[in-house]
Amino acid sequence: MKFPIYMDNHSTTPMDPRVLEAMLPYFIEKFGNAASRNHQFGWEAEEAVEHARKQIARLIHCDAKEIVFTSGATESDNLALKGIVEMYKEKGDHIITCSTEHRAILDTCKSLEKRGIKVTYLQVEKDGRVNLDAVRNAITDKTILISIMLANNEIGTIHPIAEIGKIAKEKGILLHCDATQGVGKIPVDVEALKVDLMSFTSHKIYGPKGIGALYVRKKGPRVRLVPQMDGGGHERGMRSGTLPVPSIVGFGKACELCEQEMPTESARIAAMRDRLQAQIMKDLDECYLNGHQTERLPHNLNISFAYVEGEALLMGVKEIALSSGSACTSATLEPSYVLRALGVGSDLAHSSIRFGLGRFTTDEEVDYTAKRMVAAVTRLREMSPLYEMAKEGIDLKSVQWAVH
Amino acid sequence: MAYSEKVIDHYNNPRNMGSLPKDDLQVGTGIVGAPECGDVMKLQIKVEDDVIVDAKFKTFGCGSAIASSSLATEWLKGRTVAEAYTIKNTAIVQELNLPPVKIHCSVLAEDAIKSALEDYKKKSLAATGETK
Repeated sequence: MKFPIYMDNHSTTPMDPRVLEAMLPYFIEKFGNAASRNHQFGWEAEEAVEHARKQIARLIHCDAKEIVFTSGATESDNLALKGIVEMYKEKGDHIITCSTEHRAILDTCKSLEKRGIKVTYLQVEKDGRVNLDAVRNAITDKTILISIMLANNEIGTIHPIAEIGKIAKEKGILLHCDATQGVGKIPVDVEALKVDLMSFTSHKIYGPKGIGALYVRKKGPRVRLVPQMDGGGHERGMRSGTLPVPSIVGFGKACELCEQEMPTESARIAAMRDRLQAQIMKDLDECYLNGHQTERLPHNLNISFAYVEGEALLMGVKEIALSSGSACTSATLEPSYVLRALGVGSDLAHSSIRFGLGRFTTDEEVDYTAKRMVAAVTRLREMSPLYEMAKEGIDLKSVQWAVH
Repeated sequence: MAYSEKVIDHYNNPRNMGSLPKDDLQVGTGIVGAPECGDVMKLQIKVEDDVIVDAKFKTFGCGSAIASSSLATEWLKGRTVAEAYTIKNTAIVQELNLPPVKIHCSVLAEDAIKSALEDYKKKSLAATGETK
């Protein structure tokens, strides 16, 4: 086993060596600008880009012409929301989204609110899924866009996008889906999901960082948006800027590998994830799974370990790379807003650990991680005044805490 | 965010982790913080003839919180009650090299010390009926 063990694949993934190999010729040898129309350097680069575009389109079952390259899912989210709001401003000024979206969506919505756009942030149920009736009831005659993520980055919960798509189509409203965590892990078909725009990125699927895409529907309906990056009209006028050819080649190769390997890979990873969960939970009491039990990404696990704080837990397993919903681990010193939205109390939010398995995770690593987690939780519970009080039969919710 | 060696040391080798009997008249117990905040410290002292002869802690919190409370028990042992009141969070910050985002852990530890001392005082006043 190599240490440290990487089990934080929601945050990013290592590049697949095959992806790196595909990229290499495009740095020094075939380095042309894909927009140079008049010489071989340009033609070679353009050919590589178009080939990658097809590989990417195949993974999500769209036409290659419907792929717009961006610097990543954050930019794709910005482009989708701002681009649509600006294009359809005569039609309306209301967006519907969800409180558990990634910051790339939430912060963009906040920015749009400053411009006078109205945003409805739907609550989720206890299992993390958005309620279909809530979506329907939130629609007004000024609604121009619904944006719901395919799968949540913290708790892995998969939303009923196809059903939301059906509602959106009925009402003639565009549907954007941030599919960053789902693409390459579960089958994604833009027709089946009935989405009109979809964001995703390369670095979550063993490709390079700094490149992503926005799917923009061309037919049924033809979606138009106002570009957010001006300067030359690249990507059908939707996103200007010289294309990073090596990164695009890598992105394409990463998608191709996912398409080929996903059926067996996702099953294998899900089995390891289930074993990790079983091994942890059989030896520890008061562990709570956060998110939906079955509508969940195959490689995600998010568990709250009552009476133990997340950052201290991570310190106890510092040879394993994980992440936590604890306030101490966040840049803003706030506990995870996703867990809070589920109705998980702040105390359990502080006690949560997210496990993200991946293509390169081994059975050995899973078994080791389970053992170490159990040991670390047990040790910290011995040190915990809350565990002591709970064992004495005190109801912690009834205690008057002396907060300073 | 890298931890200082001292914080890691206290985390791996906590000093005086455990509990003293709450109902003992010579024991003062302080519990500060709240689970929603992600920080709860329980600090206990045992006092004999005005000297803190034993101190124990239990903490729900991050590595810096654990280290701060562990260090607090180390510093309390052997001090008089009056001396214990002078322990300042800034000294904890310095000793453990706490970064700015973790200063509040040291503040909570100082609060825990004061809370334990107050509890002891209250109990001993009630026991002897004396006014100090």
